[in-house]
Amino acid sequence: MIRVLLFGQLTDICGAEQVETELFQDTDTLIENLKEQYPALQTATFTIAVNNKQIQGKHPLQDHDVVALLPPFSGG
Amino acid sequence: MPDSIDYMERYACQVRLKEFGADGQQRLQQSKVLVIGAGGLGCPALLYLAAAGIGTIGIVDDDVVQLSNLHRQVLYTHEDVGKSKAETAAQKLKQQNPGVTVIAHKLRITNKEALSIISNYDLVMDGSDNFATRFMINDACVLLNKPLVFGAVAQTEGQVGIFNHSNEGEPANYRDLFPHLLPDDAAASCREQGILGVVPGVIGLMMATEAIKLISGKGKTLSNKILSYNCFTNQFYQFEISSKESTKQFTPQTAEAFLQTDYLQQSANREWTEIDGEQVNEILSHPKSILVDVRSEHELPVIQHIQCIRIPVESLASQQELLQQASEIIVVCAAGVRSRIGAGTLYKLFGNSKQIYSLKGGIQQWKENLNIFS
Repeated sequence: MIRVLLFGQLTDICGAEQVETELFQDTDTLIENLKEQYPALQTATFTIAVNNKQIQGKHPLQDHDVVALLPPFSGG
Repeated sequence: MPDSIDYMERYACQVRLKEFGADGQQRLQQSKVLVIGAGGLGCPALLYLAAAGIGTIGIVDDDVVQLSNLHRQVLYTHEDVGKSKAETAAQKLKQQNPGVTVIAHKLRITNKEALSIISNYDLVMDGSDNFATRFMINDACVLLNKPLVFGAVAQTEGQVGIFNHSNEGEPANYRDLFPHLLPDDAAASCREQGILGVVPGVIGLMMATEAIKLISGKGKTLSNKILSYNCFTNQFYQFEISSKESTKQFTPQTAEAFLQTDYLQQSANREWTEIDGEQVNEILSHPKSILVDVRSEHELPVIQHIQCIRIPVESLASQQELLQQASEIIVVCAAGVRSRIGAGTLYKLFGNSKQIYSLKGGIQQWKENLNIFS
């Protein structure tokens, strides 16, 4: 099981502040799956953190990992 | 230098704090902090930086106070509507703490003046409201090796962190989070999507807190970290960021390369054109051309003596039928920020079926040349 935390506009897209998914082998397949489920994610910009660390590129996932999808904010 | 008795009494409680002490206070007194944007984030940050005894505070803002700012921009009163934010904020800070040197930079900061202004300060706080400025400030701070306290808000959430500073490992910056300059519509602005006034209040205060800790060398800072806060769910989420070899190529490596970077154009969707005031009349002389004012309903001055339709930027999609007949659309707003967002929205709606323009610098620039306002 993977817990996905959502921030900003992504909570509107997914209709929740967090969702739980089955275990995927890496972040790429997780995101691909989320984009199929929530098509508006395809055009959204966000950075990804796994277990409170920002990741770059494809990152392997383990059961009970917490993945956060964080969009940029511009307001001041 | 402030009167020494006043000085000791004013900061007595802060100095008495054993984790902070007289040396922490002295470092604040000797420091120079530049706050870019005296808006929702800048106001609370500025107020507490001045109260804490930062020696020199610079304030950059070219905007004037609007009534719709007052629910979150707490340095200003009802009587300040229409006045310069940088000058009004400077005046309020001097009243709060006469021992602080306050410098008002009444301008919209661009890469032309960023390096010379920022180089006079020890630390920069980004309270700006658009991606072009945020990336430009980030790149300038990377070039000048200045720590940058970052804060940004949207609706009920905010983010705060420190770039270009690290106690261990290489310092990360905004481009390690988002390598490429983001288009304006990648995030919702306060004006479009709304903002609860307390959110920039909380985040602005956290920015001031991070600056005070960083300057005094006390406590743990959010260096190479981002903290995200949601006021409706009471959730805090913190994550680490790290410097990446792959993103370094996107930051200008020299002052020359920085000056040549067109931040405004890069943050815009390229499928529409930014025009100057002189081109407006020429385009409007064409049949089926229309001027669209995307400011809110009650914003002044009202455009007169020229045919114009007002559709607030957030209503462009729902009122698009009003523009169906046009083949050329010029979008205008107060300062040229919302018009770029509006032009991007219209491009998404109409694609290449219409020519879309955004007036550079907005009405503020344009009215210098034309007598079209009431």
